[in-house]
Amino acid sequence: MKRYVIIGNGTAAVGCIEGIRAADREGAITVVSGEARPVYSRPLISYYLEGKTDLERMKYRSDTFYADNGCQVLYGRKATEIDPAQKTVQLDDGTALAYDKLCVAAGSRSFVPPFAGLDSVKDRFTFITLDDALSLEQALGTGRDKRVLIVGAGLIGLKCAEGIIDRAKSITVCDLADRVLSSILDAECAAVVQQHLEAHGIAFMLSDTAVKFDGGCAEMKSGRNVEFDVLVLAVGVRANTELVKAAGGSVNRGIIVNEKLETDLPDVYAAGDCTEGFDASLGDRRVLAILPNAYAQGQTAGTNMAGGDKVLDNAIPMNSIGFFRLHMMTAGSYTGEMTETRNGQTLRRFFVKDGLLKGFMLIGDTVRAGIYTSLIRDRIPLETLEFGPAAHEATSAMYTRETRRKKYGGVV
Amino acid sequence: MKRVYVNEEWCLGCHLCEYNCAFANSGLEDMVLALKGRKIFPRIHVEGDDRITFAVSCRHCTDPLCVKSCIAGAISKRDGVVKIDRTKCVGCLTCVLVCPYGALAPGEDGIMQKCELCLENSCGAPACVTGCPNKAIVYEERGGAE
Repeated sequence: MKRYVIIGNGTAAVGCIEGIRAADREGAITVVSGEARPVYSRPLISYYLEGKTDLERMKYRSDTFYADNGCQVLYGRKATEIDPAQKTVQLDDGTALAYDKLCVAAGSRSFVPPFAGLDSVKDRFTFITLDDALSLEQALGTGRDKRVLIVGAGLIGLKCAEGIIDRAKSITVCDLADRVLSSILDAECAAVVQQHLEAHGIAFMLSDTAVKFDGGCAEMKSGRNVEFDVLVLAVGVRANTELVKAAGGSVNRGIIVNEKLETDLPDVYAAGDCTEGFDASLGDRRVLAILPNAYAQGQTAGTNMAGGDKVLDNAIPMNSIGFFRLHMMTAGSYTGEMTETRNGQTLRRFFVKDGLLKGFMLIGDTVRAGIYTSLIRDRIPLETLEFGPAAHEATSAMYTRETRRKKYGGVV
Repeated sequence: MKRVYVNEEWCLGCHLCEYNCAFANSGLEDMVLALKGRKIFPRIHVEGDDRITFAVSCRHCTDPLCVKSCIAGAISKRDGVVKIDRTKCVGCLTCVLVCPYGALAPGEDGIMQKCELCLENSCGAPACVTGCPNKAIVYEERGGAE
């Protein structure tokens, strides 16, 4: 009987468990869970504060998931060391777990720059875990009287802002970048989104960031001072690579994995936000810290750990996100020739290179966007279809009749 | 596993399937009450241009991307049917971003909905199929197309 150990208990771990169990009902699975709770949907923490979900509905899997899959979960335990020679994982309670196959699904953590005076801020939070959200909820209280400063205008910072808008007196978001969502939007798309957020009461200080804190006052790079009651630090995240690095495995910005999700340590796999995998749109490695990728990587790792032979070679960056009913989707890499259509708040930009769709940004009109995503992911030569993406919305009418027969006419 | 297929050569582009779908999933017994004067949010939709039309609904994929990608864990596949737990969905539309078939769309409330083959509404069999005047939409067992 194989012994599987999974470090981490998030989405990638679930994918791994389901991947293993599809092939091996017998092996023993032990999950090392740093958080003292069953798996939940991390991207939902802002929706929780917004009141769009609750702790019960945030459960990513049913209450019987671990029992149904024969998993032992060690809650509140952390792995401290991997010994690839002995094939053991040391835990923080002094015990050790022996493995035949190990998956490191250790996720990422908030990156907090060493701000001067940060310790003088009483109510300061990061925004990644459910515990972060619950602490923030408590600090905001019900008086709607707190001024909130959010450092970081990325996905995490802005989702947080939207989530707490009805619980805060005011929200100011600052970022060193010159635009919002700088990792996924270009300047013009970002301007549309920023305007929309401002119309809903969020104030921005861009190309500017806090350099020093003194209690409830942030001194900005520009020299301005911002007074606040609650501080949210959403500067960025860092992959948890330390365990694999210390064990002698290759890491860069994430743990290096191949398309089978193997690290270069024998019988050690890695999946999810802690990894740096292959981005099919870029043709190079990149940390793809998004939930769909975490699941797909975990499932692929699990399948292979159980003796299967599965590759994941079509992962791409992608995001679907909305703020105050303005929805946007982005995917791939923004390289090559750009075409666009624009109509008020609706802005669609497509990037084509070497006859392939490489990426897109869609603001406002996202209908059937997955058809575009599949063109990037599957590297479909555009000459094989009638591709006029900028002109009209996504439709499978762009395929030839034969392609459509294959895609829609049988079991897929 | 039976699925809904469309023979596009026979599709008239009449959109009746969309109305039958919306009615079947309305929970109402009176078609007029369910549809008249209302914007409908069907789970099947007719696409195409001036040359060709065809209806598209969920393919109930063997290895569904929507299930793996749902950030709320709201989509699952059971007994061959891809289903969505609408109480868990937060309307992030990630499933729309990943579905290669363009088969998912939000309902009137912004929460996602999708074809579940009418197995759990009062029809018991796909209403788009029963109501298709030219029998372009069929519910049958097929192998892979390739």
